[in-house]
Amino acid sequence: MPRRTMVEAIRDALDVCMQRDENVVVFGEDVGYFGGVFRCTQGLQQKFGTSRCFDAPISESGIVGAAVGMAAYGLRPCVEIQFADYMYPAYDQIVSEAARLRYRSNGQFTAPLVLRMPTGGGIFGGQTHSQSPEALFTHVSGLTTVVPSNPYDAKGLLIASIEDNDPVIFLEPKRLYNGPFDGHHERPVMPWARHPQGEVPDGHYTVPLGKAAVRREGNAVTVLAYGTMVFVAETAAAETGIDAEIIDLRTLVPYDLETIVASVKKTGRCVIVHEATLTSGFGAELSALVQENCFYHLEAPVVRVAGWDTPYPHAQEWDYFPGPARVGRALKSVMEA
Amino acid sequence: MSSARPLSFHVPEPAVRPGGTPDFSDVPISRAGEVRRPDVDVAPEEIRDLAFAIIRVLNRDSEAVGPWAGLLSDSELLEGLRHMMTLRAFDARMQMAQRQGKTSFYMQHMGEEAVSCAFRKALEPGDMNFPTYRQAGLLIAGGYPMLDMMCQIYSNALDPLKGRQLPVLYSAREHGFFSVSGNLATQYIQAVGWAMASAMKRDTRIAAGWIGDGSTAESDFHAALVFASTYKAPVVLNIVNNQWAISTFQGIARGGSGTFAARGLGFGIPSLRVDGNDYLAVHAVARWAIERARRNLGPTLIEYVTYRVGAHSTSDDPSVYRPKTESDAWPLGDPVLRLKNHLIRRGAWSEERHKQAEAEIMASVIAAQKEAESHGTLHTGPHPSARDMFEGVFEEMPPHLRRQRQQGGV
Ligand SMILES: Cc1ncc(C[n+]2csc(CCOP(=O)(O)OP(=O)(O)O)c2C)c(N)n1
Repeated sequence: MPRRTMVEAIRDALDVCMQRDENVVVFGEDVGYFGGVFRCTQGLQQKFGTSRCFDAPISESGIVGAAVGMAAYGLRPCVEIQFADYMYPAYDQIVSEAARLRYRSNGQFTAPLVLRMPTGGGIFGGQTHSQSPEALFTHVSGLTTVVPSNPYDAKGLLIASIEDNDPVIFLEPKRLYNGPFDGHHERPVMPWARHPQGEVPDGHYTVPLGKAAVRREGNAVTVLAYGTMVFVAETAAAETGIDAEIIDLRTLVPYDLETIVASVKKTGRCVIVHEATLTSGFGAELSALVQENCFYHLEAPVVRVAGWDTPYPHAQEWDYFPGPARVGRALKSVMEA
Repeated sequence: MSSARPLSFHVPEPAVRPGGTPDFSDVPISRAGEVRRPDVDVAPEEIRDLAFAIIRVLNRDSEAVGPWAGLLSDSELLEGLRHMMTLRAFDARMQMAQRQGKTSFYMQHMGEEAVSCAFRKALEPGDMNFPTYRQAGLLIAGGYPMLDMMCQIYSNALDPLKGRQLPVLYSAREHGFFSVSGNLATQYIQAVGWAMASAMKRDTRIAAGWIGDGSTAESDFHAALVFASTYKAPVVLNIVNNQWAISTFQGIARGGSGTFAARGLGFGIPSLRVDGNDYLAVHAVARWAIERARRNLGPTLIEYVTYRVGAHSTSDDPSVYRPKTESDAWPLGDPVLRLKNHLIRRGAWSEERHKQAEAEIMASVIAAQKEAESHGTLHTGPHPSARDMFEGVFEEMPPHLRRQRQQGGV
């Protein structure tokens, strides 16, 4: 089976969808001729023409608003916001329009669109190329929020998202574009070509939205993670020797309660890891769900490891980024509790 | 209805792509000295044509001609030349420092030096710029220490912003330089708000907003025009049209017709276009607009027609989307060379003195760089502490941040 980087897997998903359905259109800043600053849309304009894949003005509100209009007409726009940090100007179109169109029109109009955006840190991107805004989406009714952690999932989840009849926020951890990242920034990164999850089948397949994956089975503690933090958690488990069960959520909303609950009931302990700032982050939601559903099975308080409640700094990036050491400490603390 | 033909969809394309021959012959360029200079209290509707012409002073023979010429002395022009040369040398060194891994990122000004350097000299102390990442000339021409700029770029122990900001996103309040945001266009409407506040407080200071051609597509650009025209704010709204927004040519933001300056016309804002590679023209137009603002005559919109010779940033490769020779074909020339030639023509400068100045400037930039590096670079030497990361989120650190700092062990 061919191995692909996450960038190639995403490009492949777009290609497959554009071939199967002529209503799928792709646009955004620099995505046309150039193929996007991360090259996820490279070659699509040459293959499908400028009316299927084109450059947009630097206007996030315009891009999302236009996508809502196109989707209402019957197209399936899959747009790129250059960095997730730049979706704020579009936030009203996302929250008040895309997310609610089906509900407020009682189904007369729908917004089957996908907003792809690179997310997360670890690339010295400073405050405006590093944020993890997922909680701003999971808090909004009517949105599906997806965060893949590997090329296989990225392709399958993106195809599922494009085929979904409601708006999907598709957050791409940019630190994972070229290889899995274990959080040890001083070590060379393994390319996807040497990782089994880099195996991406040709053609059409989907990974269902709303279904988590158990990445590592274990009995001592459940780790709930997504995106880059899945690999950081795996590293922390290996380094501490703690028999952790690692769950990759893949879709944040709708969340896979069944998988989460089954695992925590089995292990009796839970650590939640995300890059986004701690307070009111998605970890708070997960923690509440675990408390509500697993309280009598818990042997230790639920612990969250997250980005600090500061803006993402430039020079202190690796003090901010939740790495294996911090996750390892959390694992030990719940085991000792 | 049944006889209607199918509609078609239009996506603007630049005239040439890599492999093609650059050709700017169809770009209408006014002759130097040709465009009139109205009084600053002119009614906006009387100068609608200035939103389509290009105000130019330096002609092909390196003479300063026309009604916008004659405002600057030899020594002022020599100072301007020095600023532009300093910015260019600074860029060269910092670009190299990024390639050597001493910082994460850099953005250069090659080809656009005249815009910010000349504008800065038309301002007065206390006026406030709301710049983007491509106006370091405002700092250099404003006398801001180069050492501080370098320490910011290196995120080192002396970084005035304590390692929090991406390189080149400077902040220098005392030098009339508002903190640069990574999110495009947000500063444009803030400039208008600052100018409104100055007027509300019956102050005498004015504001200048800065934006790139690509970013004029953002809603905040339009918000700024609405507020500036509604409240007649004392603000100069600058658009630097360097032809490219990363890989995207200026026609994507502008559409097929009109000019960026013409966007001001619908708001009743006097709007001018100027040769952005002509130090004298930029300075003259800046002075005109700043005087209008200062005399409480309201906002002015200026489009600087220029060309981004270098890459968008150190993460960009322009050879993928435009011909390599396009910058050579750019009809408005190099701002440094044009001012140099003019000064030689005036008898105030010579090739030898230029060479000597180049060497001197480079030596002073290198000396500053050495000193900056003695205080650390991004990955080596002293740098802001992890403790600093928790400071300054609020005026006083709230208990939850204090707790997190403790957890972080710093
Ligand atoms: C809100 C927002 N969207 C997108 C970006 C990414 N981005 C950074 S610079 C840039 C191009 C800006 O072009 P232009 O305004 O023409 O200025 P120039 O770089 O040419 O000086 C883009 C798209 C951003 N920084 N902020």
